[in-house]
Amino acid sequence: MSETAELWLVILALGIGSFGLRFAFLGVIGDKELPPWVLRHLRYTAVAVLPALVTPLVVWPAANGGELDPARLGAAIIALIVSVATGRVILGIMCGLGGLYGLLWLLG
Amino acid sequence: MSSTLYSPYWRGVRDGLPFLLVIAPFSLLFGVVATEAGLNVFEALSFSIMVIAGASQFAAVQLLQDNAPTIIVILSALAVNLRMAMYSASLTAHLGAAPLWQRALIAYLTVDQSYALSVATYEKEPDWSLPQKVAYFFGSVTPICPFWYVFTVVGALIGNTIPPEYALDFALPITFIAMVAPMMRSVPHLLAACVAVTASLFLTGLPLNLGLMVSASLGMMAGAQAELWLERRGPGVQT
Repeated sequence: MSETAELWLVILALGIGSFGLRFAFLGVIGDKELPPWVLRHLRYTAVAVLPALVTPLVVWPAANGGELDPARLGAAIIALIVSVATGRVILGIMCGLGGLYGLLWLLG
Repeated sequence: MSSTLYSPYWRGVRDGLPFLLVIAPFSLLFGVVATEAGLNVFEALSFSIMVIAGASQFAAVQLLQDNAPTIIVILSALAVNLRMAMYSASLTAHLGAAPLWQRALIAYLTVDQSYALSVATYEKEPDWSLPQKVAYFFGSVTPICPFWYVFTVVGALIGNTIPPEYALDFALPITFIAMVAPMMRSVPHLLAACVAVTASLFLTGLPLNLGLMVSASLGMMAGAQAELWLERRGPGVQT
């Protein structure tokens, strides 16, 4: 298979597959009632998935060859503290990025 | 658009707008990485339009560059996106009664930011009707998704002129941390996050990104069990 054919196969399969995952429940279940125990678990989807996604990226960042990077770890902690303390998402992002550049400069 | 929908739509736009600061560099970076991996501008743009999921797109391009077998590229990138099925289930509780075409469009536009914004806002606005919830969702993606495409093209065009010192790789973790931290408004939410974080550190070695799915499931179970336990302790306990 040529490189171009392989690339387009990946793009198409990922496009269809990603839509399928997003449509799985919304499209099929629709407005049928979900049992209470399912809803109880779903309430914690975001607070479980996003931290589980982020933690390895923070601890073993690929940009640093998969090694712990004090600047990136510090920036993550700054973003966490600011957004917890203020409840303001964008302020947390700005302070996190500011902290990242500051720490990269200081430690670099 | 009738006036009752006008306000939730624009509130969604306002809430989604700041994420432009994150979406723009992130999709720009995808364009850059894609051209470095040998994709042309049209191929990079097709990726962003078809898949519209940053982490998964980066994973796929990385694996393509490593000459991984096609099936592994597809399965790994889809595994990164498995959380979208969880988002879909979670959104169904709010938007499941919408017409099929709207649900299909909502499904296509379900990304981390639109999901997180919508669910958080629906909990704050329990009196919203279904059309108002749908209007808010579409509002929240209006400043996000079009720019995902646009900045992919910009990134692909400027190629590798962005120096690595800008550390754009870390825009994603910082965004997610800042998004999720204010959601920790009860003991079960906090517990769910702590269990998911701890599990993800131990399970990171699992193949096909399964560590993410297992860790997230454990976190959700911890949250649900904590909620049940607090309920059993009787009324008056703040959850």
